[in-house]
Amino acid sequence: MQVLKKINKVSDEVYKSILNKKKPQLEMPIRSLSNVDYNGEFFDLGKRSKKRTLTASTIKTFAQTLRMMAFSKELVKSEDIATKRETYYVSKNWAEARFKKQTESDSIMEDIEAMMRVNREQLGFIPEEKGGDIAGKLTVIDKDQDTGEEIKIDCTKFGSGAYSVPISVENLKFKTNAKFILAIETTGMFQRLNKHNYWKKANCILISMGGVPTRACRRFIRRLSDEADIPVYAFVDGDPYGWLNIYRTLKVGSGNAAHINEYFCVPQAKFFGITADDIKKYNLPSHPLKDIDKKRIKDGLKNDPFIAQHKKWKKALKDLRKMKVRAEQQALATHGLNFVMSDYLPDKVKDPKSWLP
Amino acid sequence: MVKISKGTIAYELAKGQRDISIAEFFSRNRHLLGFDNPKKALLTTIKEAVDNSLDACEEADILPEIEIQAIDMGDDRFKVVIEDNGPGIVKKQVPKIFAKLLYGSKFFKLSQSRGQQGIGISASVMYGQLTTGRPAKIISKISKNDPAHYYELVIDTKKNKPDIIKDEVVEWDKNRGTRVEIDLEATYRRGKRSVDAYLKYTAVVNPHATIIYTSPNAEQIIFPRVTDKLPEKPQEIKPHPHGVELGRLIKMLNITKCRTIQSFLKGEFSSVGAGTAKKICENAALRPSRTTSRLSREQAEKLLKGIKKTKIISPPTNCISPIGEKLLKKGLKKEINAEFYCTVTRSPSVYRGNPFLVEVGIAYGGDQRADSKATLMRYANRVPLLYQKGACSITKAARETNWRSYGLSQSSGSLPKAPATILVHIASVWVPFTSESKEAVAHYPEIIKEVTLALQEAGRKLKKYVKRKKKVKAEIKKRDFIKKYIPHIGGALKELNNLDEVKEREVEKLLEEILKQDRGKLKKLGILDNPEYDEEFAKIGRKKDASAKKDK
Repeated sequence: MQVLKKINKVSDEVYKSILNKKKPQLEMPIRSLSNVDYNGEFFDLGKRSKKRTLTASTIKTFAQTLRMMAFSKELVKSEDIATKRETYYVSKNWAEARFKKQTESDSIMEDIEAMMRVNREQLGFIPEEKGGDIAGKLTVIDKDQDTGEEIKIDCTKFGSGAYSVPISVENLKFKTNAKFILAIETTGMFQRLNKHNYWKKANCILISMGGVPTRACRRFIRRLSDEADIPVYAFVDGDPYGWLNIYRTLKVGSGNAAHINEYFCVPQAKFFGITADDIKKYNLPSHPLKDIDKKRIKDGLKNDPFIAQHKKWKKALKDLRKMKVRAEQQALATHGLNFVMSDYLPDKVKDPKSWLP
Repeated sequence: MVKISKGTIAYELAKGQRDISIAEFFSRNRHLLGFDNPKKALLTTIKEAVDNSLDACEEADILPEIEIQAIDMGDDRFKVVIEDNGPGIVKKQVPKIFAKLLYGSKFFKLSQSRGQQGIGISASVMYGQLTTGRPAKIISKISKNDPAHYYELVIDTKKNKPDIIKDEVVEWDKNRGTRVEIDLEATYRRGKRSVDAYLKYTAVVNPHATIIYTSPNAEQIIFPRVTDKLPEKPQEIKPHPHGVELGRLIKMLNITKCRTIQSFLKGEFSSVGAGTAKKICENAALRPSRTTSRLSREQAEKLLKGIKKTKIISPPTNCISPIGEKLLKKGLKKEINAEFYCTVTRSPSVYRGNPFLVEVGIAYGGDQRADSKATLMRYANRVPLLYQKGACSITKAARETNWRSYGLSQSSGSLPKAPATILVHIASVWVPFTSESKEAVAHYPEIIKEVTLALQEAGRKLKKYVKRKKKVKAEIKKRDFIKKYIPHIGGALKELNNLDEVKEREVEKLLEEILKQDRGKLKKLGILDNPEYDEEFAKIGRKKDASAKKDK
């Protein structure tokens, strides 16, 4: 198995250098927005790396990384899995090497992914997070967990409910004749569109991301879009968080998981709104920008390689900063509860000039 | 009926008005001399006698050997006996020295000595006489071939004159020396301000003296000398014009043998030549050739103003004899088991025409407590100052020094919180005490400044050590932290590389070796070998002395 080989290679190197009386060390990429290259498609991992070895500042994470590698090896060998949370609790047996918070153990896990260029599922780790909700003109083909028999899931048949994206989507197949995928930030907006069967009217697939899309959600949209060859439109709040954190992560991936971005992003996604122009055009009720919003705009303009390559986004951020306001998706309700379905979304579909890249 | 006029009242009052002799004044104001309470009385009596003995020995180039006995006679009465191997006192001087206040050799000259005013020992005699009614008993012998004279003395407090009760020649097995025996009312306590502590502190800065002490508990403690070198003899100097006050000036004018003001200024003061003398007269608007004998009080005042107006060079400073950095360190090492010692002897300086010099010693770390304030040992002319800490300029300087910049923690306006002892010694031809009991040095800005500079100099030496120690401590902490995780690396590799337990131990051992080799050798710090440290000696005068509890 490839992952086992990779783990062995790293641990052999550590062991050998100890036997040679050399300081053992682990080297892995720095996972941050400052160490990504935007290749026009997605955020690729940069070249800068960090080292863990016998120093006061890195010894703890050095030991923790090795321990987690050992745990991963055990999982892979026995074909078992552990959730991120379970892994965190397993570390509680490691005395002073245990993790104090789950974010610490998550971070070490991602370091191992990045170091070996694998994803956590290959290492035997799985997340607890939900992938997102689906409704609309799509049939997902999955397998029965016991018999391996094919199961066809018709996403038009969930009524007021929805199909849930599973944690691992690699083995799913799709059948659809929808015209586009609409990725929605809030569950509230998804509910409204689903309740009124907007997908029927617009012949589309609705996906609720529930904030920043999870890896599984991103991967699901990507595979669906690639295989069915249909476009993806994002519909999020008109604020820096919706633009920079949710949409940008959907489209090009994140800074701290750059090692998996290549497969876990949707470069073909387009941005519907809410744009700064929408706020003006539809005269949407707005709220003043919070300090954190202003900081996000500033950081985005300064540090985000994605923004740096898109003049339109730069302008959008600057406009918002000038307007000093933000507007939520649901602000469209000011023109009537169904205005979003009767006017806003049809207008958007028709007018690619109103989109952002 | 008698008509009372104002005049008659004055006559009535006059009946109650009379001279109060100095002796009588002091007998009513005993606190001024250090006899405020019975505990202090014992200390003051012994202190005055020991100070005199040390002064006399040094003046005569004799290595001092002083024996002190404090005998508990019951009912809060004590007998103290102080015997030295000094030069002795000529027969006719004995009564005046021990039974007349303000009589002494030291008042009219300026020289760095322990005694200054000629009050100390006679005040002790008076205190003994007042509290027990018993005379002081003195034996003194000036050479092998001279007889030993024995006196029993009391002070006539009205006339401030010795009253001789007994005067005879006795057999004494000593070649020379003086023995003083005083009965007094007192109490004995151990601790920071006890006789024990005083003698120990004295031994620290008088390494050339041997002191043999028998305490009221009949324990004998010997503080042996650690050097045979007598301190350099301080030179006597004439007063500097800028140091005299009007009263003193008038007194000097009265007793001088110089005829003219100019020759008086030139002859009786230091740093005054013919030119300076003329200049002073000019500034005072007095004729240089005026005779000194008929100068009025107003004219003396004019002369003093003239002196103040005139620029006069500083007095010579070779009259000061420091303990020296080396001997000071030796003394500290004997008393404190520390990790680091540093000492500083400043060059002499001048306040109000009086030369003085400051020395500082610091003992840091070791057995000393880190969670309490540093101990401050104050000395003036080699005499420990045990009382009135708060009123002393040494304390003020030590508290106001910024010890934080030398790596110690300190809340502002107090001594640093550190495992340290800070010793400060001021040597001067005239130490300005705040009172006759000589417990605190007065706040002269020049003195505070010099003490501060000396403390800072020592502080800078200390800082280097403290920094190094902190660095080593931080390094040890880091290493220990790293070592904690070595077993985890071993454990993980055991699973990852299928190692057996022998190999796992090997990995851990190798990692420790790699760590050592990577981070270099640790500098050895901590308590160094200190052959001079004497545990028994160090215990003396400590508050938490185990035997002190037994006493109670």
